[in-house]
Amino acid sequence: MTNQTLDMCGYACPMPILKTKQALASMKSKEVIEVICTDQGSKKDFIAFCNQLGHKLLSQRDEGNKIIFNIEKK
Amino acid sequence: MSESNEMTLIASKGTLDWAYPPFILASTGIAMGKKVTVFCTFYGLNLLLKDLSHLRISPQGNPDMPMKMPFGPKWFQSIDFGPKIPNVFWNIPGLEFFATRMMKKTFKNNGMATIEELREICIEMGVKFIACEMTMGMFGFSREDFIEGIEFAGAATYLDVAQNSNQDLFI
Repeated sequence: MTNQTLDMCGYACPMPILKTKQALASMKSKEVIEVICTDQGSKKDFIAFCNQLGHKLLSQRDEGNKIIFNIEKK
Repeated sequence: MSESNEMTLIASKGTLDWAYPPFILASTGIAMGKKVTVFCTFYGLNLLLKDLSHLRISPQGNPDMPMKMPFGPKWFQSIDFGPKIPNVFWNIPGLEFFATRMMKKTFKNNGMATIEELREICIEMGVKFIACEMTMGMFGFSREDFIEGIEFAGAATYLDVAQNSNQDLFI
């Protein structure tokens, strides 16, 4: 169950994080955003991002060269 | 997490390549909930000028720079011309322009944002920029040369801000 999907395929660091932050700002608490990206560094970056801001990283999976994150807003 | 959640950066370089780290770290810092201040001094002042089209990269005296072409077949793109070309070659007029074009193309091919885009996001998200007043005078800039919404101050202001921060980086 996701409330919003953000496609960041082809974008390099730090754009996936910045756009996710901006998307989360317009969402309500407990809503879930799905972020799809191809930046391999984002695997660790999203963990740190959620850790720092208190959002919940529900899942992270690889699909080919894509990485799909599900993040629940704090 | 420590109590302070502030970060300061000193941006001291004004070439195209070195323009990236301050904007990347500042925007990411603010996205991670930090209060971010960037003090732009010496060549770092270039990053706050209205027109950023003059930012260049030079292979001259820059032996670390990998020089791979951002076009052509894969085998060609994988050749690093950096160590193969004597550095004196880059003295030839026009090559800096060429290297800058190639670097911009490489950035684009790799999905990197432009400096203009990153700076706009930084300002939109609330990064505070301080232009070093002393350097401005020294290099003959006036306030009208710079983007709006920035502060003009000196070292004491920076140090005062940095006192409350727990992450300070010199770039």
